[in-house]
Amino acid sequence: MARLTDANVVVAKEIIARFPRPKSALIPLLHLAQEQDGFLANDAMAHVAELVGVTAAEVYGTATFYEMFKFERVGRYCLNVCTGISCHLMGAWELLEHAEELLGVKAGSTTEDLLFTIEGVECIAACTEAPAVSVNHRYRYRVTPEDMDRLIDDLRHDRLGGEFPAHGVLARVRQRTPDNWAGTGAAAQQAVDAR
Amino acid sequence: MSDVKTDAPADAAPEPPKKTTLSITVDGRAHEAQPGQLVIDACEDAGTYVPRFCYHHRMNPVGMCRQCLVEVEGPRGPMMVVSCMTPVAEGQVVRTETPGVKRAQEGVLEMLLANHPLDCPVCDKGGECPLQDQAFSHGPGESRYVEEKRHYEKPIPISDLVLLDRERCILCDRCTRFADEVAGDKLIHFISRGNATQVNTFPDEPFASYFSGNTVQICPVGALTATPYRFKARPWDLTQVESTCTTCAVGCRIVVQGSRDQLLRYQGVDSDPVNWGWLCDRGRFNFEAVNSDQRLGTPLVREQGELRPTGWSEALARAAQLIREAVDAGGPGSVAVLGGARGTNEDAFAWARLAHDVIGTPHVSAQLGDGMPVGLLALNRATIDEAASASTIVLLGPDLKEELPVLYLRLRDAAEKRRSRILEFTPKPGGMTRYAWKSIGYEPGTQVGAVHAALANDEIAQQLGAGNVVIVAGRANLAETSAAQVAALGELLAAVPGAKVLPALRRGNVVGAVQLGMRPGKDGMDSRAALAAAADGTVECLILVGSDPLSDVPDADLARRAMAGARRIIAVDALPSPSTALADVVLAAAAFAEKSGTTTNLEGRVTTVGQKVTARHTARPDWMIAAQLAAALGTDLGLESEADVLAAMAELNDSYAEISAAALAAAPDGVLAHVPTTLDPINPPTVAVPDRNSYDFRLVVSRKLYDAAVGTAHSPSLAHLAGGATIHIHPADLDRVGAADGDSVKVTSKRASGVFQATSDTTVLRGTAWVPFNQPGGTVGELIDATAPVTDIRIENL
Repeated sequence: MARLTDANVVVAKEIIARFPRPKSALIPLLHLAQEQDGFLANDAMAHVAELVGVTAAEVYGTATFYEMFKFERVGRYCLNVCTGISCHLMGAWELLEHAEELLGVKAGSTTEDLLFTIEGVECIAACTEAPAVSVNHRYRYRVTPEDMDRLIDDLRHDRLGGEFPAHGVLARVRQRTPDNWAGTGAAAQQAVDAR
Repeated sequence: MSDVKTDAPADAAPEPPKKTTLSITVDGRAHEAQPGQLVIDACEDAGTYVPRFCYHHRMNPVGMCRQCLVEVEGPRGPMMVVSCMTPVAEGQVVRTETPGVKRAQEGVLEMLLANHPLDCPVCDKGGECPLQDQAFSHGPGESRYVEEKRHYEKPIPISDLVLLDRERCILCDRCTRFADEVAGDKLIHFISRGNATQVNTFPDEPFASYFSGNTVQICPVGALTATPYRFKARPWDLTQVESTCTTCAVGCRIVVQGSRDQLLRYQGVDSDPVNWGWLCDRGRFNFEAVNSDQRLGTPLVREQGELRPTGWSEALARAAQLIREAVDAGGPGSVAVLGGARGTNEDAFAWARLAHDVIGTPHVSAQLGDGMPVGLLALNRATIDEAASASTIVLLGPDLKEELPVLYLRLRDAAEKRRSRILEFTPKPGGMTRYAWKSIGYEPGTQVGAVHAALANDEIAQQLGAGNVVIVAGRANLAETSAAQVAALGELLAAVPGAKVLPALRRGNVVGAVQLGMRPGKDGMDSRAALAAAADGTVECLILVGSDPLSDVPDADLARRAMAGARRIIAVDALPSPSTALADVVLAAAAFAEKSGTTTNLEGRVTTVGQKVTARHTARPDWMIAAQLAAALGTDLGLESEADVLAAMAELNDSYAEISAAALAAAPDGVLAHVPTTLDPINPPTVAVPDRNSYDFRLVVSRKLYDAAVGTAHSPSLAHLAGGATIHIHPADLDRVGAADGDSVKVTSKRASGVFQATSDTTVLRGTAWVPFNQPGGTVGELIDATAPVTDIRIENL
């Protein structure tokens, strides 16, 4: 895919300006890139490297440390079935197998229509509500195979509205800059460069 | 003031001398350690080797591999610490051989070997592998790990020269730290996490560092291998000799390794005053040129227009005859000797004797119009250490990363560790610019004004006034004469009289050659004047000692006219070049590692050069050729062995008075030769530089590490790394010309015009254009007039 769009470059520069050193903005900028493309494209990582003044290899090394950054195209919905110990005891593996059969792909892969990526993940910190499932980091608790059928069907037919935005959209995590900062990215970057 | 010493009152008790060391105990033995030292080093000084993989004393400790665990007595009894991360302390008690330490070290080794493929029989590192060695010395001897090991595709190229086998890697962080801390090329990094962690590059962005070969040398396992050495030999079959790399004038200490009379590898030797163990890839891998099947092994003489192989007696007789004819026709001054900077001190000394004393010509030059006046070497000389510890390093010369790469590493380190501030004057920002405290770009020819303006700046004047100053001085631009550069240096020296100068001259032994007499004598011409005289016929005979004017002289037309105009050309060389192809006699010279002797680096340090292999066919060292040619001309120089030459050097040249085989054997890091007293220091000229027409661009031409130089071009691993001669222009200027990146443009100077591919390059200063010199397929030399103070060009879109 692509480098950051011009609009995102403005946002990126505003984010960079909030930190004492540009390099500190690396992770927020990677979220921005993932929000743009749904995964971290090489061009986008190279662009982030330019923006924060490090090498692309450093960006790649940092990004690959984190499971939630994806490096290949993933589905619109990233379906994570928790296989931590509580969920495991409450039937997580059966649930995961059920989801695999339902979608016709193995855990770790994406459906051909690019709608679903299914993964088994380590504990997602919902042990009291096992077995737990998350879709693009939005949770469903005490999920039965029937719940899974319904969830997938609802997602497939887009019946859940805005609750599950496309993968990469981080409505709650996205860095927001104060309104009065809008459009001051270039000036802010100059201030950073001057440091 | 407290720091002023006063005489102590007579009745006061003398203070005991302050203790500057820390008393520690290592395995029951008392030891005095240096403050700030790490336990791992203190143990080594005390005679106990602590096993390690990640620790390397030239890089920051990271405590990555955990192999160096030792016990240190603490307030709550003995505790296990990582000795590469623990500083020594007064009264510290260290134990390295307790059952607890042994158990811990064995446990770490068992863990490191869990995923290691143990493919030692097919691994290049086997036999010199720290993992293998320490598994034997400190390992448990067996593994409890029975599961399947990690598998990766292997090996994968991470650059043109380095291959990576991720299965063998133990993630010690040495190569990645090297890339970051030492080279400043952070192109390899740990990728992924946990059990999946691996070293790798960004996809499709190779580890294209000029220093990548060092990672292969410091890799403690066989994970990184170099393509030129891969599967070529086993370490136990190698024999080695210590030597000094003469690819450039830094003079890095190396060991030359070979097997069955063939060169196979150079490894860096940690010489504290010079290279700290590092080498550049060009120096490390250009041994391939010595092995090249293009090598000249026998003398050649021209007969009926063709060069044909012959024996030495005929070749020497022919060469002597050509010299005699020239001397008879126009006196000794009709012979000019160019070169001598690629050989040993012995070679340069013997050739200087032959030229000045036997032939009697003053027209001798080790530089080829691309250097600086020899008076540069008469200035108060700095050592590399002095430069790397100066408060201010002033750069007034070439891009060190491209021309003197390991000096770049040393000075970069000084700037990064904040020992020194770098004040750079440059016509084209380069490798050092990002580390500079201030980088002052100037248009070629205006450096005097740039220096003048800088000196008027209060902040800069204050910086130059505080602490020692070392000026690294050399030729930054081949498309101008050296006059403005010399004038700028004079300006700096006048303003900072205490400043020392480190000559940034490039050819391996150029300093030795000049100091030993390969320089113009009384009323002698420098190389440019000698070539001009050859072109108009006043110089009848050109003797080229390992020099190739057609490739080395910036002014291509001058070189061509000189080679055409000289009626007699004698070339001494190890490899064929465009210039040897025009010679009447070619005398086959022994190459690097085919002869022993000494060399002098840019700080004047004399070190040994070792012979590892026999010279190709009947090729012989340059000094021997000089002595034999002198004999053929009727003079016995009395030089029959290399030892004779060294002794004569010490006797006849004050700079080398203290150099002897014994002195060099006692000082592996070399002995500093004295700065010559017989040379006149540079005389800053007044330069008149014409203003640039606003439609024109001022040309900057400088060298890249990889070019069409004979040693690189004949090393298959390096030859393809030369980038090609494109013209680099600032994007805004490129717009002005109406061209785009990659377009072909017509470039016209007063001298000639040519077609170049344009490259958009934001590092190039507005109003200037930069072209790398001597690139394959390049013709930039055609644009340069060696007598013009600057070269202005017109660029038109085709």
